[in-house]
Amino acid sequence: MSAEAAIHGEAHGHDDGHGHSPFLAHHFDDAEQQYDSGKLGMWLFLVTEVLFFSGMFCAYALYRSLHPEVWTFASQFLNETLGAFNTGVLLFSSLTMAWGVRCAQLRQHKGLVICLAMTLGCAAIFLGVKAIEYTHKWDLGLLPAGSYESQYLPGMHHSGPSSWLYVLSAIPALCVVGFGIWYGLSLAKGDKQKSEVAGPLLVTALCYFVGVGIGLAFESAEAGEHGDVAHAVAHTDGEHTVDGHAGDAHAAAAGGDEHATEEHGEEHVEEPVADVAASPAFQSEELNKLLASPGETTMVASAAEEAAQVAKPGEATEAEVDQRGGAGLFFSIYYCMTGVHAIHILGGMIVLTWLLVRATKNHFNEEYFGPVDYVGLYWHIVDLIWIYLFPLLYLIK
Amino acid sequence: MSAVPADSARAQQEERENFLVFSKGFLSWALTLDHKRIGLMYLIGVMSAFFLAGILALLIRLELMTPTNTYMNNQTYNQIFTLHGAIMVFLFIIPSVPAALGNFLVPIMLGAKDVAFPRLNLCSFYLWVSGAIFFLAAMFYTGLDTGWTFYTPYSTTTQGPVVAATLGVFILGFSSIFTGLNFIVTINTMRPPGMSWFKMPLFLWATYATSIIQVLATPVLGITVLLLAAERLMHIGIFDPEYNGDPVTYQHFFWFYSHPAVYIMILPGMGIISELMSVHSHKSIFGYRFIAYSSIAIALFGFLVWGHHMFTSGMADVTTIIFSALTFTVSIPSAIKVFNWLATMYKGTVQLNTPMLYALSFIFLFTIGGLTGLWLGALSTDRVLHDTYFVVAHFHYVMVGGTLVGFLGGVFHWWPKMTGKMFSELWGKVSCALVFIGFNLTFLPQFVLGSRGMPRRYAQYVPEFQELHVISSIGAFILGIGLFVALGVVIHSLMRGRKAPPNPWGGATLEWQCSSPPPYYNFATPPRVNDPYDYTPLEYRDAERGWEYVHPPTTDTPATEPEPART
Amino acid sequence: MADHAVSSHSSHSEGEHHGFAHPMPVWQLLAVFFALIVLTILTVYQATFDLGNMELVLSLFIATIKASLVVLFFMHMLYDKPLNAIIFLSSFIFVALFIGFTLMDAHAYQDSVELKQVDSPRSEVVMPGE
Repeated sequence: MSAEAAIHGEAHGHDDGHGHSPFLAHHFDDAEQQYDSGKLGMWLFLVTEVLFFSGMFCAYALYRSLHPEVWTFASQFLNETLGAFNTGVLLFSSLTMAWGVRCAQLRQHKGLVICLAMTLGCAAIFLGVKAIEYTHKWDLGLLPAGSYESQYLPGMHHSGPSSWLYVLSAIPALCVVGFGIWYGLSLAKGDKQKSEVAGPLLVTALCYFVGVGIGLAFESAEAGEHGDVAHAVAHTDGEHTVDGHAGDAHAAAAGGDEHATEEHGEEHVEEPVADVAASPAFQSEELNKLLASPGETTMVASAAEEAAQVAKPGEATEAEVDQRGGAGLFFSIYYCMTGVHAIHILGGMIVLTWLLVRATKNHFNEEYFGPVDYVGLYWHIVDLIWIYLFPLLYLIK
Repeated sequence: MSAVPADSARAQQEERENFLVFSKGFLSWALTLDHKRIGLMYLIGVMSAFFLAGILALLIRLELMTPTNTYMNNQTYNQIFTLHGAIMVFLFIIPSVPAALGNFLVPIMLGAKDVAFPRLNLCSFYLWVSGAIFFLAAMFYTGLDTGWTFYTPYSTTTQGPVVAATLGVFILGFSSIFTGLNFIVTINTMRPPGMSWFKMPLFLWATYATSIIQVLATPVLGITVLLLAAERLMHIGIFDPEYNGDPVTYQHFFWFYSHPAVYIMILPGMGIISELMSVHSHKSIFGYRFIAYSSIAIALFGFLVWGHHMFTSGMADVTTIIFSALTFTVSIPSAIKVFNWLATMYKGTVQLNTPMLYALSFIFLFTIGGLTGLWLGALSTDRVLHDTYFVVAHFHYVMVGGTLVGFLGGVFHWWPKMTGKMFSELWGKVSCALVFIGFNLTFLPQFVLGSRGMPRRYAQYVPEFQELHVISSIGAFILGIGLFVALGVVIHSLMRGRKAPPNPWGGATLEWQCSSPPPYYNFATPPRVNDPYDYTPLEYRDAERGWEYVHPPTTDTPATEPEPART
Repeated sequence: MADHAVSSHSSHSEGEHHGFAHPMPVWQLLAVFFALIVLTILTVYQATFDLGNMELVLSLFIATIKASLVVLFFMHMLYDKPLNAIIFLSSFIFVALFIGFTLMDAHAYQDSVELKQVDSPRSEVVMPGE
C-alpha cells in the first residue's frame, strides 16, 4: 500500500455513519478522539492556571496570616458593593458561557451567538467596574507598596471621575468607534455574517461604559453626598462611624442591589481612620508588638497624634498599619491578584471574539463543539478564581 | 513490511517522501507542523545555546587558571557565570531532551502521525526562540549579574536588566509548559491499539513524568518571575524587606519550580538510558515496572524537597529538618533505576558502540552526582559545603554527567533515524572517551576544592587552590575538545555518512519500524505493536548492516485490547 | 434576560442522540446560577457579622461550595471522564503543598524577623533572616 494511498485512506477511510467535520485534524482517528484530546489538554492548562495563581494566593496567605491587622485596615478601602456586583456579573457570564456550550452542541447557531455576545458583554461590564475601582484607588494613593501614600495625609480625597479613567477608557472608546463603523458598513453592505460579529463587539465595547457608569454610580455618587462631612464626623465621633459602617455593610449585603447601596455608598473610603481605630481588632497583640517600633516620618507621626486625640486607645497603630510595608503590601497583593485576573478576562475576551467569528460561520455542531467547550472551561476557571478573590479581598473584617 | 520485489521503487519513494526533503524551502520548515521537523529545529536551537554557554564555561575556567583576576574583573566574572548558568539551564538543559528528542520520538514511538496539538507545538518552538532572543539580548546588552536564580533582594536592587531577563524566562516557561502539556495529551489519547501503559517504551514513561513536572511546576516559576518583575517595576514589596516583604519567600517560590525542574532535566536523560541499555545489550529491560514507576515517583518526590536549596538561607530549623529527611527519599527511585540498568546488562550481548559508551558514562557519572547529593542533603554537612565548589561539582555531575551525556548518547542513538546517515563509530568512541576523561578531570578536583572551602562564584581565590583549579581548567578544555569531536562526527556523517538502515541497532520500539529518516507521515500502515523490549524476533542482516524482523511478532495485542486506551 | 435560547430547543429531550456531546439541560444551568447568586448574597451577608476567625473559614467554605457548583455543572466535571477530574483536583494537592510548606516555614522563623516601619524612601535593609 503506497504511502499516499495510506494518507488518503486516512482522510476518507472511516465511514462510520458521521459526516466529516472539516475541522477533524489529520492525525486523529475521529472527532471524539480529537475532542477528548483537546479537553484533556484544556484541563491540564487549567491546572497550570491554578498553580500560576497559587503563587499569589501563597503571598496572600502568608502576609495575611502574619499581619492580620493590615488586612483588616486595608480592606476597608475596597468597595464590597462593587465587588459583589462584579461577582454577580461574572457568575452570569458563566451561565451564558455554559449555555453557549449547550447551544453549540445542539446546533443552535443563533443562540450560540447570543450567548457569546452576552458573555463578552458581561466581561466588558466587569472591566468597566474594575476600571472605576482602580482609578479611584489610584487617586487616593492606594497603590502598591513602593508608591503607597498614607491615608492620613490630607488633600488626597476627591471624588468624581479620575483622570486615569480617561486613559483607561481610551481603548474601549476607540473600540466603540471602530466596531460602530464596521457594524454600519457591514449593515450597509448587507453582509450578515460580518454584522453578526460587529454588532456584538460594538455592544461589548459599549458595555465597558455601562460598567463604568455603574461603577461611578456606586463609587462616587455617594462620596459626593457624604464627602467631607463624613470625613469630619469620622474624626470626631468614632462610635458613630462604626454604626454607619455597619449599616453600610448591611446595605451591601443586599448583594449588588443598586438601590440599597446608593443610600450608603462609600463611607469607608472616606473614613478609614476612626473607623478602624475604634474597632477592637486593632488592639491585638501583633499591633502592640508593632507599636514597639516608632514611625519614621514626622508627617505620619503627627497624623497619628491627631488621630490619637479623637479616637480611643490603640489608635496609634494606624500609623503602623497605614504605611508602605503595611497597607502598601496589601495593595500590592490586591493589584497583583485582581490585575492578573483582569488580564485573564482580557485574554478570555480575545478568544471569545474568535469563537464569535466562528459561531457566525456556523462552524460548530454536535461533533465539533470542542473550541466552545474549551474556552468555556477557561472562562469558568477565571470565574472560579474570582469566587475566591471576592471574599478574600473584599469581605474581610 | 520486509523487503519486497519492487525494492528500488520503494527506495525511491522513501527518498522522495522522507520528512527532510518532502517539501522544500524556508517556509516549509519555518511553518511546519511536523513534529520531526520541529524536533530537529529544537535540536539545532538547543545545540547553539549549548555551544554559546559552553564557550562561556571555558572563559570561566580560563579566568580561574590564576588566583588573581587574569583577564576579567569581578563584575565581568559575575556576568559571565550568570550567563553561563542561565543559558545552560533555561535554554539548553530544560528543552534539550524533551523538546528536541522528545518531539521527534514521542509520536513515532506511539505509532502516531503527530503530537496531539501540532500548532501548539510549533507555537511552543517559537516561544522558545523569542524567549531566547529576549533573554540573550537582555543579558548581552548590559549584563545580568544575579546568578541564574535571581535571588532577592539583590535582584531587586542590581542595575542589571532583571526585568527583561525574567520576562524571557517567563516566555521560555510557557514554551516548556506547552511542550509538556502536548506530550501528556499525546501519550494519553494517541496510544495505538495494543499499547497499554505498560507496553510503552520507558522513554515515554520518562517523558510523561517530565511533562507532569513541566505542567505542575513551571507556572509557579511564571508567577515568581512576574512578581519579581513587578517588584522591580512597581516595588510591590512582596519579596522586598524594605517593605516588610520576605526574600526567603522568594526562594521558596523559586525552588518550588526549580527543584522539580532539576528532574525535568534528568528524567528524560534517564529515559534515554533505559532505551540504550536495553537495545545495546540486546536484552529485555530488567524491572520494567520498577523503572516506569520510579520515573513517576521521582517526579512526585521532586515536589517535596525544594527546601534543601535553602538550608542556610534563614529557613526555620524545623523546616530544614523536614526537607532534609524528604530529600533522602529521592535517592530511592534513583537508585532503583541504576540497579535495574546494571541488571539489564547482566548476561546481555553488550555492544560497546558509541551510544552505549555514552550510556555507560551516564551511569558512572550520574551515580557519583547522585551520591554526592547525599552530603548536601544532610543538614550538618550542607552547612559546611553550601555554596562551595562541592555544590558546583555535584550538580555538574548530575546536569552534565547525567543530562548532557545522556543527551549525547540519545543523539548518537537516534541520529541514524533522524538524518538517515550513519556516523563514524571510531570517532564517536573517541569523542565519548574525551568527554568522559575531560569531564572527570574538570569536576573531580572541584569536589576536593569545595570540601577544602573554596566558595563558588568568585573570580579570585587563595593561591593554595591554584593547582586543583589548573587541573580543572585543563579538564574543561579536554571536555570542550571532546564535544567538538562529537559535533564533527555528526556533521561529517551528514556529508559522508553511509545511508542508515531502518534499524541499525536492533531496537524493538516502534520508531525502528519506519524508514530512516521516517517519511513525513511516519507510518504507511499502522505499525505492529509488540513488546518494546523483546529482541527475539530480530535478526542482523549483513547486507543492510541493520536488523530486521524475521518472525514478525504475532499481533496478538489488538485482540486483547481493541480500543486505544483513552483515559 | 436569558430567555433567548429557550424557545428553540424545548423540543430536545435529554435522551436524544448527540454523538458524544452531553448538553446540559437548561433548568440545571439556571438552577446552578441562582444557587450561585444566593450563595453570593449569603457570603456578603455573613461578612456583616463579626465572627472572628470563623469568618475566614465560613467565607472560604461558601466560596468552595460555589466553586464546586461551577466545576461540577458549568465545567461539566460531573459528566466528564474521571481522569480529567483527577488531574484537576490533584493540582490542589500541589497548591496545598506549596502554600503549606511556605507558610509553615515563614511562621516558624518569624521570631527572628524584625519588622520595619517604612514610610520614607528606601533606606537600610532590616531583615536578618538568619
